[in-house]
Amino acid sequence: MNNATFVTIFYIFAAITVFSAAFVVFSKNVIYSAFALLFTFFGAAALYVFLSADFIAVTQIVVYVGGILVLLLFGVMFTNSIMQADLKTDVLHVVPGTLLLVATVGGLLFTFYTTGTWKPSEVQLQGSVVERIGIETMSRYVLPFEMASILLLAALIGAAFLARYDNVHNNEH
Amino acid sequence: MELLTNIGLNHYLTISALLFGFGLFAVMTRKNAIVILMGVELILNAANINFLAFSKFNGGMEGVMFSLFVIVLAAAEAAVGLAIVINIYKIFRSVDVSTIDTMKE
Repeated sequence: MNNATFVTIFYIFAAITVFSAAFVVFSKNVIYSAFALLFTFFGAAALYVFLSADFIAVTQIVVYVGGILVLLLFGVMFTNSIMQADLKTDVLHVVPGTLLLVATVGGLLFTFYTTGTWKPSEVQLQGSVVERIGIETMSRYVLPFEMASILLLAALIGAAFLARYDNVHNNEH
Repeated sequence: MELLTNIGLNHYLTISALLFGFGLFAVMTRKNAIVILMGVELILNAANINFLAFSKFNGGMEGVMFSLFVIVLAAAEAAVGLAIVINIYKIFRSVDVSTIDTMKE
């Protein structure tokens, strides 16, 4: 699989992911950040396909792009007045933040590239893993699976409770 | 040159470290609460890439299953987080986290 086309496509998706993530962070406009996040999620999904986790890639697109990104866009629209073009967002602690960014990324990369070499296993994941995910979900991971469903129910009730229309509060204003 | 053309674990770890750093920067420096939530999503995506990369090169299914649960948690976190942000906006008329300084209305 290590031919030139594979490598080129990998670097294209890696560049899309990293540069759109940088745009999310450094853009002053919240709407631009939200739309750049779309490209970050798609790039990450493409990287998951490279890691032979195609089911996770599809889940990423359905949940992140179809759910979380729409929620974030709703949040942006609700909490900003579009007409007054005041979608700018200020920054604070830029210097400590930059120092932390450089130190974290530098430290991680230094550790990755200097402390020995990773030795890949003899058996690597190949092809599609959908069937194995189904088997694992219903055998070893059945308890976390059920707990995830309870957590989602709790989050559903909690979010609906928090964001409900508040009669008392709205009458005061 | 061989390091560049032979895609291995370190390439994925590099992308993941960059995404994590950007997410951390957004959480630290932005005033808008929604951009902070976007930073948290970036951090979770970085963790997912790490899980899947190690799972791929280790040959096991643990990382794949964990990344599924991370996606579930991210969905729950985004829903509850947005609900809290919209409540904050109702009360303070702003989502600027540096102006939110009271616990009660």
